[in-house]
Order: sequence, then C-alpha cells, then structure tokens
Amino acid sequence: MKPPLFEYCAPRTLKDAVAMLAGDPGAMVLAGGQSLIPAMNMRLASPARLVDIQHVDGLKGISIENGRIVVRAMTRHRELELDEAVFRANPLIREAMAHVAHVPIRNRGTVVGSICHADAAAEMPMVLLATGGSVVPEGPRGRREVAAQEFFQFHMTTTREPDEIVVEAHFPVLPEGAGWAFEEFTRRHGDYAIAAVAAIVEPSAGRVSLAACGVASRPVRLEASEQILAGAELTPERIKAAAEAATDAVSAPDDMHATNAYRRHLLSALVRRAVVKAASRAK
Amino acid sequence: MNRGTIRPRLPATSIDPKAAVALTVNGEKVSAEVSVRMLLSDFLRHELGLTGTHVGCEHGVCGACTVMIDGVSARSCLTFAVQASGAEVRTIESVAAEDGGLHPLQEAFRDCHALQCGYCTPGMIMNILSNLESDRPMDLSEEGIRDMLSGNLCRCTGYQNIVAAVRQAADAMAAR
Repeated sequence: MKPPLFEYCAPRTLKDAVAMLAGDPGAMVLAGGQSLIPAMNMRLASPARLVDIQHVDGLKGISIENGRIVVRAMTRHRELELDEAVFRANPLIREAMAHVAHVPIRNRGTVVGSICHADAAAEMPMVLLATGGSVVPEGPRGRREVAAQEFFQFHMTTTREPDEIVVEAHFPVLPEGAGWAFEEFTRRHGDYAIAAVAAIVEPSAGRVSLAACGVASRPVRLEASEQILAGAELTPERIKAAAEAATDAVSAPDDMHATNAYRRHLLSALVRRAVVKAASRAK
Repeated sequence: MNRGTIRPRLPATSIDPKAAVALTVNGEKVSAEVSVRMLLSDFLRHELGLTGTHVGCEHGVCGACTVMIDGVSARSCLTFAVQASGAEVRTIESVAAEDGGLHPLQEAFRDCHALQCGYCTPGMIMNILSNLESDRPMDLSEEGIRDMLSGNLCRCTGYQNIVAAVRQAADAMAAR
C-alpha cells in the first residue's frame, strides 16, 4: 500500500531537528526508514511529521574512543558490519549483523534506528544489552546517557522521550581475551529471531554475559544463567545448568511462530551453543 | 423521494505536501516536484516511466523493487523519493548496453533459464550486480550465493537456475 500523508522536514542542524521533533506531538524521526516506511506503507504508523535526519551535521560515522565504539545516528548497519576497526574491537557485532534482515536492507537501515525501534526480536538492541552498552538521546532539555538495561521497556517502547533524538549508541569494546558468540534460530534467513542469544565469556574476570531476544516483550539479560557461570569453570554440567536456568526468561506467549514451550527449549539449546562457542574463542 | 447527490468530500486543493527532488538516475540528472510521501519505486515508474523496477509487496520483503542507491543495493519501496534527492540511483534500465547488448549477468540468466515469469528478475539482477561490482570478494559457494539471494523472492524457478546463473556471471566477469 501507499503511506499516509505527512509533513516532511529535512533539517541541517541537530538543534533544528530537535525543535522540529518537539514542535509536533505526532512527529517521528526518519533515519534509514527500513522499519518505519514499511509500517507506514502498511498504515500501521501514520506520523503527522517526519524529521529526516540524513542531512544533519555530525550524525554520520563511527569512532572508537575510551573503550567504546561510538555509532552515530545515521550509521547504516552495513557500515558498522564491514568496518575492520569495529570488527577488531568487538567481533560480536559482525557475527550478529549477518542475521539482521538482508544486505539491501542493511545498506539503508541504521543501527541506532533499529535500537530506537526496539523490536523485541531484533538483534542489535539485544547486542547493545549483551555488551552493556548505552544510548545518548538529545532533546530540548539537553543530552543524557541511558544504559541499554534502562532503555528497553517493552516491545517497540523505550525510555526515549518523544521529543528526543538518539544521536549515538555506545557499544563497549570487548575486553582483552574475551570470547564471543551469537546464535539465532529463524524459519527463514533474515527474519526476526524466534529466539537468539549473545554470549561474552571473560575468563580473566570469571564473567559470562548473556542476553536474548525474541523470547520476551523486550531484549533480556539472562541473569540466572550468568550467575551460575560466574567465577566457575565452564564444565558441560555447569553449562547445562545455566542453559536450563535460562528458560525462565521466556515470557512470550504462544504465537504463529512458536509455542512458549518450544521457545523455552530453543533458548536453552541456544544458550548452550553460544556459551560453548564463546568459551572456545576466549583466551 | 429525493435522496440528494452523494459527493465525495474532497478538499478543494490537495493538502498532500510536495517537495522538489533532484537526483541522478542511470547517469541522467532528473528533477521534479513530487508528493513527499511518494516512494522511490513510484517515482521511477510513474514520474520517469522506468517501469523495469517492479513493485511486489511494498514492505521490503520480496525484493522485486531493488535498485542501487549510491552504488549499493536498496529497496526502492522503502525509500521516499525525497530521501533519494541528491543521490545516484541505478535501475535495471542501465544494465544492458545502449545497443541492446546484454550484460554478462543478463546473458547468464538467459543461458541458465534463471527466470520464468520474470517479475522478480530486475530486483534479482540489481542485487546480484551490486555484489559483482563491489570490490569485496564474493562467496560463490552454494550457501554463499543463496545467502546473497535470500532477500529476493522468486515463486517460479525454485532458485536452482538463478544460483547457476550467478556462478556463470561471476566466472564470465572474472574472465573479462
């Protein structure tokens, strides 16, 4: 179908962009448009005003500073995926990115846009959560930093205020010697996850970080499993116990893709695979 | 009984906001004043008459509308024409030579019988071409090619012959 009527703004400065967004309660930010435009074409979204931020100064590119990968708002998925410095700093990102839709979508869609869209089954919000990252929203009251843990509230709902633009996402660099893995199950390549898990194993700190998507109303940290694996040798028995503990994180009801019981089984299998793979890559 | 006249309640003037767009399509500069909600796919087809770009699902799933924007593949149904202002767009119409001579990829599609109804073919070609023309090495394993094609749906061929065509085209282009 065709998208409904809207007013279009293409500001050049962040100050103007924030003012245009704040100036209309029905306004939405347009970055890559790969989630918003299909929703508009299906008439599921009908923003009164679109603030296109593609020409806004200072919102392009990636930098690595103070142990964080700073991804600015107009950075496309594909740009982050192919960046060699990003791959060296945090290889989990490239591994997860291969599961985000298809290349033509990744060529246009932005990482920060996907994080703000906050689909509960989307990969990048979950990777931000797994790495302990954060986002930086800017609004009429200034700029603030919000941890991923506090940002994602519910399916397509975040703590971003309607008049704020998320200008950056910060993905921490993986600690020296840490192992990583991303495991996902979908019916078709490029679909949203029925369930997916990211694992980071840090042998020196005795820490294992685990997050999942597709299993609840938002991406979740698998804290019960993390506690079982903390400070312990990653024996098959312990990994099995952690995988079983993860199933309590599944709150998704039965839907057209999978039953709750199937998702619980799936999540436990994916946790086991992800931890084993991440541990094998740790030094 | 007089039922009166039923008239559609249309506004006297259109409230559909418009904007000027100027972009390069297949090497030619074009400009127009279009509705801001006009999709790039509709701009190419209805404003420019470039009907080689096909419209399938209009929500980014089928890949029939794939074109190249600034050298990389993209869904023209998930891009507003105003967003593409200033960009370089390439469509299927730019692929064959001016004298009608087919591109090696198009030849490979013909040789391998990689199309039946042909509806998905322009999107397939633009997606594959962006891979063939990129400086990154292509993964020409069965799995690699299928991964590349995964964003383009074909309901006729079962994909076998499209995979074969990609391989033939990659070999032909490497030999040039």
